[in-house]
Amino acid sequence: MTLKTEPFVLNIGPVHPSTHGVFRMRATLDGEVIIDLEPVFGYLHRGIEKLAEERTFTGFIPLTDRLDYMASMSNNLGYVLAVEKLAGIKVPERAEYMRVILAEFQRIASHLVAVGAFFNDCGAFFTPFIYMFREREKIYDLFEMLSGQRVLYNYMRVGGFNQDMPDEFLPAARTLVNQIRHRLDEYDTLLLENEIAIARSKGVGILPKELAISVGASGPVLRASGVKWDLRKADPYSIYDRFEFDVPTGTAGDCYDRWRVRVAEMRQSVRILDQALKQVPGGPVKTYVPQFFHPPVGEAYAHIEAPKGELGFYLVSDGSIAPYRCHIRAPSFINLTALKEMVVGWKMQDLIIIFGSIDITMGEVDR
Amino acid sequence: MTAPALSRQLSAVSFELSSDWPGNFWLHWIIFSVILIVFVLVMVLAFVYIERRGAGRIQARIGPNRVGPFGVLQPIADAVKVMLKEDIVPFTADKIVHFLAPIVSFAPLVMIFAVVPFGNGVLLVDLNTGILYVVAIASLTSVGVLMAGWGSSNKYSLLGAMRDVASVVSYEIPMVLSVLGVVMMAGSLSLAQIVQSQNIPFIFFQPLGSLVFFIAGCAEINRSPFDLLEADSELTAGFHTEYSGMKFALFYLVEYGEALALSAVISTLFLSGWRGPILPPWLWLVGKIVVIFFVMVWTRMTLPRARIDQLMAVAWKFLFPLAILNFLITGVEVLAWPNGLPWPLIFVNFAIAGLLILAFSRRYKVGWGRVEVRELR
Repeated sequence: MTLKTEPFVLNIGPVHPSTHGVFRMRATLDGEVIIDLEPVFGYLHRGIEKLAEERTFTGFIPLTDRLDYMASMSNNLGYVLAVEKLAGIKVPERAEYMRVILAEFQRIASHLVAVGAFFNDCGAFFTPFIYMFREREKIYDLFEMLSGQRVLYNYMRVGGFNQDMPDEFLPAARTLVNQIRHRLDEYDTLLLENEIAIARSKGVGILPKELAISVGASGPVLRASGVKWDLRKADPYSIYDRFEFDVPTGTAGDCYDRWRVRVAEMRQSVRILDQALKQVPGGPVKTYVPQFFHPPVGEAYAHIEAPKGELGFYLVSDGSIAPYRCHIRAPSFINLTALKEMVVGWKMQDLIIIFGSIDITMGEVDR
Repeated sequence: MTAPALSRQLSAVSFELSSDWPGNFWLHWIIFSVILIVFVLVMVLAFVYIERRGAGRIQARIGPNRVGPFGVLQPIADAVKVMLKEDIVPFTADKIVHFLAPIVSFAPLVMIFAVVPFGNGVLLVDLNTGILYVVAIASLTSVGVLMAGWGSSNKYSLLGAMRDVASVVSYEIPMVLSVLGVVMMAGSLSLAQIVQSQNIPFIFFQPLGSLVFFIAGCAEINRSPFDLLEADSELTAGFHTEYSGMKFALFYLVEYGEALALSAVISTLFLSGWRGPILPPWLWLVGKIVVIFFVMVWTRMTLPRARIDQLMAVAWKFLFPLAILNFLITGVEVLAWPNGLPWPLIFVNFAIAGLLILAFSRRYKVGWGRVEVRELR
């Protein structure tokens, strides 16, 4: 008698500890091996793009916080840049520096969560996760000092900022940058040569360079595949052309590279912060823009290098106080499109860490 | 029963030697069984506390500190909470299997302690096949796990249970082989005899054997980094996903009870069990158990989880050859020095262990494990 085996379908999510939100994967397994995978989106769809049409240009800023709630400042920045481009508004020097500082702090905070959660998916039982949350909390303390809120800041405005930073902010930020630099080395001693971490992540879930480019991946996922593409260098927005920093890239495009690229990017962010915190000039932080303003008829697309990749806002104005159409190019969503190619043939356990290494936020995927 | 007999029994119970131990068989059996069950329960509560506080320390947080002084009553509060929970049985579950699974996995756990000596001659029954009994009984727990996985009619549970069976079957072999070194040195399978013959703890003569035993034991009881059957980030809670209330509490008890049993067996086999100066013997045993358990907490908090094929590879490509080599080396040494090994051999053995581990760890490749998949129609 011959025994017959058949594949079975496993629904991973929408509520599952490792889906980082409400995401569902319909995996077909042959034993432990994944032979097919169908991602199912839309459990967190709130229609944010449509809501933009019902709000004024300023009134949409709080909703951008709700996109990628791990990096709200970056979302704010991407949106206000698009509106400023649409209306042709110049931003004061001090505000530009503040934007860079906040965006880089936000990148560190987001990457810390990404790396910590990645190790949690590997099964490291929260130790790296909690270590990294320690620094993230300090960054959130800084942001709370500015905006009064810890996660959804609603701090940036079209034309600059609503209010200047308090006097304590800069010294506190400098201290924190030094602390983070020290901590990053400390985490490497825990994780970098961890035999099991390497065995789990090296060579696993390879995203080839060509595939990464053709699906439109961006951010650390693209750079880990060996493509040197960073919007801060390729299409400098704000004042990023004034700072010295490198664009770290990986070679293999595996989970290990994606994790290492994030750590390397945090070091580069520390470098940018060092320079920016030294050079912050005085002066106003806001160009006057009325609360209800009418940008000229037209369209604008502004994109930034958000922690998770290229975050773009496409706005169409018909001359009224609200955008006629708003489209958001969400990096998490587009990075996720190659998931099936990355996981087929790997084990169920690898699926979790490959998915974790892409680092998505469901708020951004479903919008 | 006469009063002197009872007092003899009680004095034996308080872990002192009596001349005609074990005396009245049935009284001995009942009292000692109760003591063992209480010991397991109390130590499990202590372990839960140690693990949670230790995890707190390692993870730069405080850990439970609200219930009782320093939170020592936290495990009791947990136990009360979990017992008051509603017992939910899934509609599609195999009711009988689902009900029996926690009991089947809990019973063998207590049975292991029957042969663990708490002092000179203080044990429930001195089996002359003690270590064989331990190894055989310990793997029975996975029958309960498989029953839980199958009976829950949940795919996650079934995946977890299958992983557990696969790992237990594989790790049994290096585990038994690594024990053989100890058995040869002691010249007996009885745990009491093994402790008696450890004038120098066997961990010094058997560094390789104790390491292999520890790793294989951790895999067998599914402690991290081999906790694939629970794998909270992948399988939500693995085989006990569908359990709640007292049944879940039993599985929780089994999880820590297994760690306790492994620590007790390791202390007995390699750390000279109850032997030690000044302090009473049972305290020495408990102290050694806690030290071993702390090492387990430490690894759990530090290391990520291995993958199922890597788990198998470690068993067959790394632990299995090392255990056989250890077996051969110990055999030669015992042949050469039949009246006990001389102490300078400790350094030789440590050097050999280091070299072998280094040699075998270099054979470990990364980046493999992908399976070619045919296109589905």
